[in-house]
Amino acid sequence: MSRVSLYIPLGVFAVIMGLGYIGFDLGARDELPSALINKPFPEFSARLLEDPDRAITRADLLGRPAMVNVWATWCPTCLSEHEELMRIARDTDIVIVGVNYKDRPAKALQWLAQYGNPYDWVLDDRDGLLGIEMGVYGAPETFLLNAAGEVVYKRVGDVNPRIWRDELEPRFRQLGVTQSATPESQNSP
Amino acid sequence: MIPELGNFALTLAAVLALGGAGMGLTAPRDDVLQRAAMSMVFGQWAFSFIAFAALVYAFVADDFSVAYVANQSNTLLPWYYKVSAAWGGHEGSFLLWILIMGCWMVAFSLRSSQYPAHFTTRVLGILSLLNLGFICFALFTSNPFLRLIPLTPADGADLNPLLQDFGLIVHPPLLYAGYVGLAIPFALAVAALMEGRVDATWARWCRTWTNMAWAMLTCGIALGSWWAYYELGWGGWWFWDPVENASFMPWLAATALVHSLSVTENRGTFKSWTLLLAITAFSFSLLGAFIVRSGVLTSVHSFAVDPERGMYILIFLALVVGGSLALYAARAGQSRAKVGYGLLSREFFMLINNVILVVSLAVVLWGTLAPIGYEALTGARISIGTPFFNAFFVPLGLLLLGALAFLPVLNWKRTRVEVLTGVYQAMGISGVFGVSIWFLLDPASIVVASAVALAVWVVLTHAKQLYLRLRRGRPPAAFWGMTIAHLGFAMGTLGIAVTATQSIESDVRMTPQSSVELAGQQVTFTGVIDVLGPNYGAQQGIFILTEADGSNAYELRPEKRQYFAGGNVMTEAGIAAGFFADTYISLGEPLEGGAWAVRLHYKPLVRWVWIGALLMALGGVLAVFDKRYARQRRKIPVAEPDVVAA
Repeated sequence: MSRVSLYIPLGVFAVIMGLGYIGFDLGARDELPSALINKPFPEFSARLLEDPDRAITRADLLGRPAMVNVWATWCPTCLSEHEELMRIARDTDIVIVGVNYKDRPAKALQWLAQYGNPYDWVLDDRDGLLGIEMGVYGAPETFLLNAAGEVVYKRVGDVNPRIWRDELEPRFRQLGVTQSATPESQNSP
Repeated sequence: MIPELGNFALTLAAVLALGGAGMGLTAPRDDVLQRAAMSMVFGQWAFSFIAFAALVYAFVADDFSVAYVANQSNTLLPWYYKVSAAWGGHEGSFLLWILIMGCWMVAFSLRSSQYPAHFTTRVLGILSLLNLGFICFALFTSNPFLRLIPLTPADGADLNPLLQDFGLIVHPPLLYAGYVGLAIPFALAVAALMEGRVDATWARWCRTWTNMAWAMLTCGIALGSWWAYYELGWGGWWFWDPVENASFMPWLAATALVHSLSVTENRGTFKSWTLLLAITAFSFSLLGAFIVRSGVLTSVHSFAVDPERGMYILIFLALVVGGSLALYAARAGQSRAKVGYGLLSREFFMLINNVILVVSLAVVLWGTLAPIGYEALTGARISIGTPFFNAFFVPLGLLLLGALAFLPVLNWKRTRVEVLTGVYQAMGISGVFGVSIWFLLDPASIVVASAVALAVWVVLTHAKQLYLRLRRGRPPAAFWGMTIAHLGFAMGTLGIAVTATQSIESDVRMTPQSSVELAGQQVTFTGVIDVLGPNYGAQQGIFILTEADGSNAYELRPEKRQYFAGGNVMTEAGIAAGFFADTYISLGEPLEGGAWAVRLHYKPLVRWVWIGALLMALGGVLAVFDKRYARQRRKIPVAEPDVVAA
């Protein structure tokens, strides 16, 4: 084995690490890629989960900033972020709209009854059509809309205290949402 | 209070790890510092133990003010699942990892009289440095002791029902023992590179630890596969998913290392290669941790993704692996030995073994990482599935079996061609056997027939050699180890080939009191009853299994469980386990008229897969008990021409 060949493993490792970094970058790319960023939220009309006779359209989201959260009962991560959504609903005035994505309404209602309902409205998207319009590729996903109904931020993955602190809260403050005094949202030991 | 104690203990362990690393690496020849470094190793273990005990206590005491406990446990859980829930999620499983790391370090210290003091100190220094990295990861990015105050929930979210199972109690500790155990050969290799000393004695030291870690990894993987088989309810036992691949890659590297070490110990050659494998095996343990924990490959279905964790592991990986490979590149060339060997020699066949294993490793690595590369280049997601892996692993496995058949008669250095006569005779017998299998099989499969023939060939040549050895007196433990492990490999491959191609699966609609036929057995559905478990309610189907003539009645009770806390519905398969075949029933959905959708599986030789793996592990452990590893260290290694290495 020549001296140079001893460096081959190091080179191979560098390539793998590069790939790992890229993959990590893709995985961490929460805000992007959404074709909707800085574009208007799509037109839609969806029934309310709790009141199937009432339909909600894009017009109902206008006038104040809102947070649209895509969730489902089949999604364990949705359960893990649920606590943080409950806290946001309790401690702030932000309008939270849930999109119940590819789910069974009966199960979804039971889930909300059991864990609590942080949403001002829950839209029934059992066939996932609204999800397609929104470019959703999994749950949970969270969209942040300004008063004009434009998407200013998108999070793929859970909303946790860190995301709230670093991404959501500053943007809401920028959009001028008032909030009641929050207790420190981090769980420090 | 107790969780804070745990947190404090973990912090102390980090401080001791820092001290141990500093002293072990800077002054390995100073007598006082040597002893200090070793006592710090014991301290790391003791404080990791206290931290882990504190976490288990928080679970048993239902302390839902601890965020991790609130996420993973529930008051309704039986106590044994409360204990095992401690390592059911990311944070706790990493604490277990740290505790196991401490156990290995203590085990190494306890055997330190076998090695020169400065070498032990250096190894403990390297291990402490690694442990420091692990503990900091736990403390800063995944601390299991974080509190939910003042928002303490009244009850926990419950442990994932999939994990409420005996398999979960034992699978992670064993698997982690294997992963982390590979840190010892890694540290031995790095220490050897630092000291510029790699010889047969070093290889002998390294083999004990490698074999033990490898055996645990083997058991851990087999157990995981068994768990997936009976708990997931699909009747499959290996899915080539990234998490499984993450454990398979270090196993392949470690298997290659076990063999390459044998060459280094007996013949003093393959030195650089052995060092590289020792570094590689542990690097893949870390890479596995990165893959599973960082969310690169797992998705929203896994632990909530946290980029900080992924970044930490990535940097840690770059430092540890990059650093050791750089050291390897700079130093490995010094310890070259010119030892010749012929084509028909044990060395050459070990080389074949290593090439096959490393190619397999490359295939799994490619299959795991290619989707990431593809997404990076094109933005689209692809998945690489079973056909890709089968296309490589079927020929590679068969090739490995074929090479293995020769091994018992081969000597080190060179072998006379005449001894091959027995091997060819065995090949004739197994060939006839394979051809007859080929005619008997329905559907006929050339792959299965060749796998059967090759496995029989391996068994015959090993059995013959065992017989010859027994006539000459008691063979050494290493010989038993090798023979058992190789027979286990043959058995496992046979099981894989047969169960993968000859299984029967049928989805049927069954009304109560009706029966269907499955592979010569009569399956009668009696009906469904409701049962109540400790934290779930279930519908339990009752099936009676009989031979065609009505004899040997066996009752199976598959369940559909609804867990109270999370509302999850789980399928619990009913399995009639047999040495030659399993019958596997899972309950589907209720249909109209009291009928049920039922899935029936008949899986021949599926147990052989796991029994084979356990035999391999047993062989690895047996080999450690060979006399030469128990002896005090000798200055010059004596390579008896007769010593057979596992």
